[in-house]
Amino acid sequence: MVSTTLPVRKPRYLRRTAKTGLWSWVVTVDHKRIGMLYGATAFLFFLVGGIEAELIRLQLARPNGHVVSADAYNTLFTMHGLTMIFLVVMPMGVALMNYIVPLQIGARDVAFPRLNAFSYWVFLFGGLFLYSSFLLGGAPNGGWFGYAPLSTGDFLPGDGMTFYSLGLQMLGIASLAGAVNFIVTIINMRAPGMTFMRMPLFTWMSLVTSFLLLFAMPVIAVALFEMMFDRVFGADFFNVAAGGDPLLWQHLFWLFGHPEVYIMILPAMGIVSDVIPTFSGKPLFGYPAIVFAGIAIGFMGWGVWAHHMFAAGLGPVANSAFTLSTMMIAVPTGVKIFNWLGTMWGGSLRFKTPMLFAIGFVMMFVVGGLSGVTHAVVPSDYEQTDTYYVVAHFHYVLFGGSIFGLFAGLYYWWPKFFGHMLNETIGKLHFWVMLIGFNLTFAPMHILGLQGMPRRIYTYPGNMGWNIPNFVETIGALIIAASILVFIANVVLSRRREARAELDPWDARTLEWLTPNPPPEHNFDEIPLVRHRDELWHRKYAPTPEGVPTRIIAGGERTAADAPAHEAHGIHLPSGSYMPVMAAIGLPVTAYGLLFFPPLIGLGLLIILTGFFGWVLEPQTVEEGY
Amino acid sequence: MTRKAGRLPRAGPGLRALAAAGVVAVATAGCSSHAPQDFLRPAGPVARDEGNLWNLTFWIAVAIFVIVEGLIVFAMLRYRSRPGRRARQFHGNPKLEAVLVVVPALLLAGIAVPTIRTIFTVAAKPTGSNVVNVTVTAHQFWWQFDYPDYGFSTANELHIPTGAPVYFTLKGVDVIHSFWIPRLAGKQDVVPGHVNHLALSAPHPGLYRGQCTEYCGLSHANMRLRVYAEPPAAFQAWAEHESQDASIPRSGAAARGADLFVNGAKDGTFPGGPACVNCHAINGLRNAGTRPGLIGPDLTHFASRDTFAGATYSNTESNLRRWLEDPPAMKPGSDMPDLGLTRQQIDDLVAFLEGLK
Repeated sequence: MVSTTLPVRKPRYLRRTAKTGLWSWVVTVDHKRIGMLYGATAFLFFLVGGIEAELIRLQLARPNGHVVSADAYNTLFTMHGLTMIFLVVMPMGVALMNYIVPLQIGARDVAFPRLNAFSYWVFLFGGLFLYSSFLLGGAPNGGWFGYAPLSTGDFLPGDGMTFYSLGLQMLGIASLAGAVNFIVTIINMRAPGMTFMRMPLFTWMSLVTSFLLLFAMPVIAVALFEMMFDRVFGADFFNVAAGGDPLLWQHLFWLFGHPEVYIMILPAMGIVSDVIPTFSGKPLFGYPAIVFAGIAIGFMGWGVWAHHMFAAGLGPVANSAFTLSTMMIAVPTGVKIFNWLGTMWGGSLRFKTPMLFAIGFVMMFVVGGLSGVTHAVVPSDYEQTDTYYVVAHFHYVLFGGSIFGLFAGLYYWWPKFFGHMLNETIGKLHFWVMLIGFNLTFAPMHILGLQGMPRRIYTYPGNMGWNIPNFVETIGALIIAASILVFIANVVLSRRREARAELDPWDARTLEWLTPNPPPEHNFDEIPLVRHRDELWHRKYAPTPEGVPTRIIAGGERTAADAPAHEAHGIHLPSGSYMPVMAAIGLPVTAYGLLFFPPLIGLGLLIILTGFFGWVLEPQTVEEGY
Repeated sequence: MTRKAGRLPRAGPGLRALAAAGVVAVATAGCSSHAPQDFLRPAGPVARDEGNLWNLTFWIAVAIFVIVEGLIVFAMLRYRSRPGRRARQFHGNPKLEAVLVVVPALLLAGIAVPTIRTIFTVAAKPTGSNVVNVTVTAHQFWWQFDYPDYGFSTANELHIPTGAPVYFTLKGVDVIHSFWIPRLAGKQDVVPGHVNHLALSAPHPGLYRGQCTEYCGLSHANMRLRVYAEPPAAFQAWAEHESQDASIPRSGAAARGADLFVNGAKDGTFPGGPACVNCHAINGLRNAGTRPGLIGPDLTHFASRDTFAGATYSNTESNLRRWLEDPPAMKPGSDMPDLGLTRQQIDDLVAFLEGLK
């Protein structure tokens, strides 16, 4: 893009064009680089959240534990939940969406590249803001769902829950920006012929997830604003003495919180729905059913929130209604599981690492789904809710589910990101160690919950029958930590030792594998024309009369790498921009102002406005700026 | 199957690992059979109804688990890739898919019917002349139990007559707590600004343990409670005893303790805070009777309780002495501060309190 014949006039707007160096990452608007930033940041937070989990487990390894204090323990479980949900599972899904969705739909970038960068920076600053609380008077300690009035009144030490209300608000802004971007990208920027019913499942589930974010984030934004007003300005939204209502918080939070659960699981379901067909050598079984099941989950996810509140005293009629809606949502979830099984059925299964993680996802998710049904049974849930049984349930869904699914995606697309494979042997070791550690940690929690151990207790006496399961769980947690070290070792060793990835290393079915590994900045030299679902597969194989595919010898598989190099000329991509990161910096400045020093609020808003004005006024590329 | 697994080296280690995990899980379950809050050993009709539903759902879930996971493992063994073999490409089977929608829906409907019936059963307000009413007020971090039919108040330890329905009225005053006695009934949240109810009964005498199950702050873990189910005559005797005033000592250390309780060390205070009477009531002690606005437990018959401080500590002299030295050290976040009591004052207060049978 940088032509050698630039005039020597000074540009009116500064836009970076360098492709290397630190600044190129700060100003980048390339969806692939932003995806990598998202992924790396989420992984670092994953390590932090993991350390918090290990401390929790060490404290509970024995009765009357003294590893951490009560306050430290409450902070640890709050930050572990916030970190894993808002700083790991969600952004790791977004990382993969960023990198993969434009490639899967045959686009050169997302619809709003600078909004994409803004989304990342707000996420990063939101996460750092949340963690800065450790140094600035205490981290959030009111639980990740921050129930009022515990979190809004003067019942907990420190300013942690103010950091919570402001930090989550920022993360919500990041998610909203991302959601708008992906919805527009997926609807408007599909390659010719890529109809909705030809879209890869990961793209489909990204679309559903984005719609969920679009509608769920404003709900939590309202709740967080009310919490902030209660905490910072002494408002009384949740103060009973002044006519407020603590249940208002619960309704708002779970009206966001339950769609949030699907926001975390649907991208993983999308990954698994792409990985299993690839390694089964077969198209997805019941594609329309699995798509509509995903959409149905997206809709029905809005009608089940009060199942988090069965014990709150909503009355038998409301509880009955929500028990029915909750049971109903099990049906589309079951459809997905049966269809993944149907995809494997009659296939030619290759147990590469991504496939192991995908199968692990399905098998663990079944457990989480079934324990979920027991929660839908209200009278039984009166006993189980807020015990370790729930902790077991949601870890089977979010760890056994989302995290296994995300690792499937990481192993599957690693060659796409970095141009080399991850080592298969170490990858399989990672999988098995993690699967064993995971089950040792979370399976006994079902038993503990049924034996009456509540969640969120920093200590327990030795005569409750809880000692052995707790000890086993701590061992399991340490095994999980070991599995993560195996993964890191794999990343480091593979970088040096693994050969460059072939063009289509997994014999895949979807468009992202049509481009080189890693793809050029403009993704596709020539936008592909899509004629089939599983377009890439159809370019490689032709069916025989018996229905068994045979490889097309040559010519079908025209890829970017084969294309003449000169075709890349004349593809216009936006230049890097300072404005997204600038506008994003204004948010934590404003937030610190609300906490400590009101004049900073004005400064922060000024920075945001300046960033947005620059954003609107600056030209698209550096050349136009002269 | 063994022979088959032998031919399939890839799945071998995996299955063994899964089996090992299963064995550990079962062994874990077997080792801890004595758990006083085990909801699967219900001791009353409400918990039993709830447990029956759990059992029904659990066994259906086990069947689905075995079938689905079994089919996945079978598919992994049967359809692994072999050289030269390519999978037949098929896209679905609408009839089978429809069946797989209908069957789970029917199973769920089968669970939903008894579920909804039980929701209404356990929510029903008990009737009859023998209903015992208890008002539960949840505090950070202890339970206040008022018996309006008898007119007394106690803390953390609840006595109920066997066989009689007990109807709880749950009131919150600070944050949300949750009232739970696993072997007698599922939990019910205690929400400030809302009045919730819970009904249960215990057919057999015994000690049933429970605790707060909604995260409520620093000492959420130390907010426990005990239920003593007694034959009706024993309950009646207990209730009558609780309704009486405390007997106040006239001389010795205990009398000095009573004086400290009401008057403090000087000016009605201790160095670290107000005198006991500002937060606690002792009926029968002059100027220390029940008044509105008290934020600590009623101590009228303190010595008759087995535990104190959220039913977390045994009611022994040494524990009480430690408690009076520094309450927040024993129960983080306790509203009762370190009062700066001297050794002598603690001795006197312990002598007084341990005499309040």
